[in-house]
Amino acid sequence: MNQLIISAATEGKEAANPLVPNVWEMGVVLVGFAVLLYIVVKFIVPMFEKTFAERAEAIEGGIAKAEAAQAEASAALEEYKQQLTDARAEANRIREEARAEGAQILADLKAKAAAESARITEQAHAAIESERQAAVVSLRSEVGTLATTLAGRIVGEALTDDQRAARVVDRFLADLETQSAGAAK
Amino acid sequence: MIALALPAQDSGSFTPPGIDEMHLPAILPWGAHDGFSKQMLLVILSVVIIATFFILAARKQQLVPGKLQFAGEMAYGFVRNSIAKDIIGGKDFIKYVPLLFSLFFFILVNNIYGAIPVIQLPSFSHVGGAYVLAGIVYFTWIAIGVKKNGLKYFKLAIVPSGVPWYILPIVVPIEIISNFLVRPVTHSLRLFATMLAGHLIVMLAGSGIEYLVMQENVLLKGTSVLVLVGAIAMYMLEALIMALQAYVFTLLTAIYIEGALHADSH
Repeated sequence: MNQLIISAATEGKEAANPLVPNVWEMGVVLVGFAVLLYIVVKFIVPMFEKTFAERAEAIEGGIAKAEAAQAEASAALEEYKQQLTDARAEANRIREEARAEGAQILADLKAKAAAESARITEQAHAAIESERQAAVVSLRSEVGTLATTLAGRIVGEALTDDQRAARVVDRFLADLETQSAGAAK
Repeated sequence: MIALALPAQDSGSFTPPGIDEMHLPAILPWGAHDGFSKQMLLVILSVVIIATFFILAARKQQLVPGKLQFAGEMAYGFVRNSIAKDIIGGKDFIKYVPLLFSLFFFILVNNIYGAIPVIQLPSFSHVGGAYVLAGIVYFTWIAIGVKKNGLKYFKLAIVPSGVPWYILPIVVPIEIISNFLVRPVTHSLRLFATMLAGHLIVMLAGSGIEYLVMQENVLLKGTSVLVLVGAIAMYMLEALIMALQAYVFTLLTAIYIEGALHADSH
């Protein structure tokens, strides 16, 4: 074995120990990696993280916005329903009021009409009464006059027989008629 | 060793590629062994690729992302949520996202180089880069632990709670070794070794195919097809391991940071 190694070595092909590093290569790797790390820290990671954060924010923001819109919509619906209920109540109230008012007006009118009719009746009664009074008064005076006239005639004609008496009465009545006809004219 | 060394005796036989083939001559050499190598160029290129891609993807910052932005957000969100948030958790996991994100894509791109024809060199098949990254992580989680718990952190880290006092003489050295000595070594070598091995296998398959195709015996030449099929399968496996190692390295970093943050509850 040793001899073989020696025979290989004597040929000028002494194998380099692969575990011994080349210092220059180490330097290049060190500097290269440092430069890469600097670029990654300074540019690449911040850019990716910013994009990730923006994306997360966009998604979360979208969700928040949708939630807000939904809340707004449900609030509007609630408000609308509230308004609808209010409007219904208002309409009912107005209808009730109108009904009550109508009833009130009707009652007023009825009362007024009753009062009016009572007044008219009263007036009519009064007028009739006064006319009747006037008629009674005039009748009373007229009857007196007529009775006096009739009595005078009767007394003046000398009431001897029934014929005469009848004539006198007839004539009186005829006079009375013409009188009344003239008065009617 | 025998298989590797024996054919070297005869120049006409198959010579498998070795570790030295991993280190191509420098593009711009200086000194005897040093110079600006292909690996350095690829590391610098990876920084440019990652920075450009993610800045382009993140720049528009649209709420509804386009294709590029969506791809960038998927990649960023993978490290942010599946690694940082799930492992570290809490409110302040976001502080460690840049480090984990940079680590994951830095390692991923540098590993994937090994699967791209012509480039065909995973940067971490050279151990230096793996040492550097594991070292950064090592000092980061220790600093986090000290900042969070004060110097008491070291006691919390090496003395597990609920262990009887008479076992402590055994447990404490084990904890010191496993947490503070072995951890950065395994962290770096895991990445380095998988990349080196994958690269070696691909190289071996490539040179094996080349050697077999050159054979004059037609039947022997035909066996190169078998090697090709095997090489393609290994290539797929390597591509998987390249992505997996980037994930494992980042995941372990997150676990170490989480352990340092919550040292008092471990």
